[in-house]
Amino acid sequence: MIAKSSNKKIFILLCMTTLSMFGIGFAMIPLYNVLCKNLGINGKTDKNAYHASHEIDLSRSIRVEFMTNNNNYLPWDFYPRLQHIQLHPGENILIYFAAKNNSKQPMTVQAIPSVSPGLAARYLKKTECFCFTQQTFNPGQHRDMPVLFHIDPHLPKNINTITLAYTLFDTSGLKKTKLVSQNLRRIPA
Amino acid sequence: MEQTLDLSHSPLKSFVTFIKRWLFTTNHKDIGTLYLLFSLLMFFIGGIFALLIRAELFQPGARLLAPEFFNQMTTMHGLVMLFLAIMPAFSGFANWMIPLMIGAPDMAMPRMNNWAFWILPVAAILLSSTLFMDGSAPNFGWTMYAPLSTVYGPASTDYLILAIHLMGLSSLMGAINIIVTLLNLRTPGMALMKMPIFCWSWLVTAFLLIGVMPVLAAAVTMMLMDRHFATSFFNAAGGGDPLLYQHLFWFFGHPEVYIIILPAFGIISQVIPTFSRKKLFGYRFMVYAMLVIAFLSFIVWVHHMFVTGVPLAAELFFMYTTMLIAVPTGVKVFNWVTTMYRGAISFETPMLFALAFVILFTIGGFSGVMLSLVPADFQYQDTYFVVAHFHYVLVPGALFAALAGAYYWLPKMTGVMYNERLGQCHFWLSVIGVNLTFFPMHFLGLAGMPRRIADYSLQFANFNAIASLGAFLFGFAQLFFLYMIIQALRGKGKKATAQVWEGAEGLEWTLSSPPPLHSFTTPPKFE
Repeated sequence: MIAKSSNKKIFILLCMTTLSMFGIGFAMIPLYNVLCKNLGINGKTDKNAYHASHEIDLSRSIRVEFMTNNNNYLPWDFYPRLQHIQLHPGENILIYFAAKNNSKQPMTVQAIPSVSPGLAARYLKKTECFCFTQQTFNPGQHRDMPVLFHIDPHLPKNINTITLAYTLFDTSGLKKTKLVSQNLRRIPA
Repeated sequence: MEQTLDLSHSPLKSFVTFIKRWLFTTNHKDIGTLYLLFSLLMFFIGGIFALLIRAELFQPGARLLAPEFFNQMTTMHGLVMLFLAIMPAFSGFANWMIPLMIGAPDMAMPRMNNWAFWILPVAAILLSSTLFMDGSAPNFGWTMYAPLSTVYGPASTDYLILAIHLMGLSSLMGAINIIVTLLNLRTPGMALMKMPIFCWSWLVTAFLLIGVMPVLAAAVTMMLMDRHFATSFFNAAGGGDPLLYQHLFWFFGHPEVYIIILPAFGIISQVIPTFSRKKLFGYRFMVYAMLVIAFLSFIVWVHHMFVTGVPLAAELFFMYTTMLIAVPTGVKVFNWVTTMYRGAISFETPMLFALAFVILFTIGGFSGVMLSLVPADFQYQDTYFVVAHFHYVLVPGALFAALAGAYYWLPKMTGVMYNERLGQCHFWLSVIGVNLTFFPMHFLGLAGMPRRIADYSLQFANFNAIASLGAFLFGFAQLFFLYMIIQALRGKGKKATAQVWEGAEGLEWTLSSPPPLHSFTTPPKFE
């Protein structure tokens, strides 16, 4: 029979494995974000502003549709000024989304973009977007919020329609995240 | 004469002694018994939840339960059955049988063993207390998807999270104990590849537990932080992603189904050779198959998420890895059948349950292969077809294996034989009930009946009525089992011999039935 000390050794080893698997659970978050970002697989657009290149591919025409959602019965009006647009890859487009705070108190919201099909997300380049920052509106305040974007001419040939959807989340209760504040600095004045 | 009060026989004192005996016990047989009885109790509680669900679904229209309560029932049924009934049942068999099978005096860490068991009832109380709370019990399904469990979860979700932590701790302590026991306490001469196959199944399971239980703990910890500490792990508003929860959960969730089924495989691989009076065919390949299944279980989790919009390449990868699991599983089924081939088979109750397991588990396996096909899964996702599939692998799969194990080892544990005629009744009613309940669900799913909803369209009425009748038949058939357990615990019945079964081989059958409280204090000989 093997000596008792070996029990302890295996025990400690297994406990360490357990703890490191707990750690791996948390490590999966950055891992997941890196994977999704590099493979461009979850429909998230780049969170940072992009400086446009100006080669326009006139041979193709892409239809971009705009959608808005309010998360969890957010008492806001939120809609795109334009339902859809036909554009050439590389062409810079400025469109506006209208928002109005219908509640009785000031609210801070964050718009979260999502692109469908997911693989098109990395080809939708935004130079400026209201979704880069949190927006604070006073009661009853309304404002048009701009998005300046273009489609990368390398967009795969089989994609002809892209849907850009924004969901408005109430972030009044949340602290401003690091990510958002970094973006604030990067946006050209 | 002076009257003296003899305190040693007062009811209070003997009650305290009784409580102390079970609360502080470090004996693997006692703890095994506690696990098994606890699991039996939870099996009946989870069963009542299931019958409430089936009663509601007997006819269309929300007739019996409020839809909100129906959602709580589906959630609690899943959690109780998986974490508090099936898993402790196999832990119970592990505690009872592993030391006997490998000729060890006890588990390697008896005090941790005691703790591993006694935090389970605490978890059970935490979990079931949510049913009596203001607001509601957890109502978002056993998968606890964010944001249903974070933004929209009722206040009682916090109790669920802590209960999950405790259940996780319990099974982790159990797993560590089992690994140390199996690696260090085998009797001289018993090489790893000579261990009884049940021990192998638990060795693999224990490693799976250590691999994934902490990930579930991490996921529910994040859930707790999102709920109370304004973090945004799963909250898109703060830069998180609800899909991340599904990835974390199923990274745990898929190996979890093998954590549940591998010990079942182990029991079946003990029972079939005994009643076929032959050695297990292809022992080596049975071990390798389990190792392969355990490895594959880590790289298939996205098959639960095919409709979340994962890219085509991922769909293909996870589809193929999922289908690959059918190969080692097929090896196991083939080996069980070949073990029986030309054996002198007798059909006692454990063998009947084992046979039903082989056939019905294979049906569940086949519907699993159907679900692994991405285009088919788009159709089947969230329908009763999925419900039929996993109940076929869990009920006539894992549960039947646990019942087979219970009948197989009950005479060894208690020293008395169960009533064979009642055992046969229990078996036949169960097997008819199970198929009546779950087979129609395949058709319901193919016709598009969605899961987890208290009401359904009229065209699904007939099959649902059949399923509900089957469920009640199955549920009440378990009372036979309860009766036999009580009889055995009271010592009623024919005395069992040491070997109990004619074809039984292994160290545990060399001990008397029931074995002495302390067995194998000196390591036994092993050829």
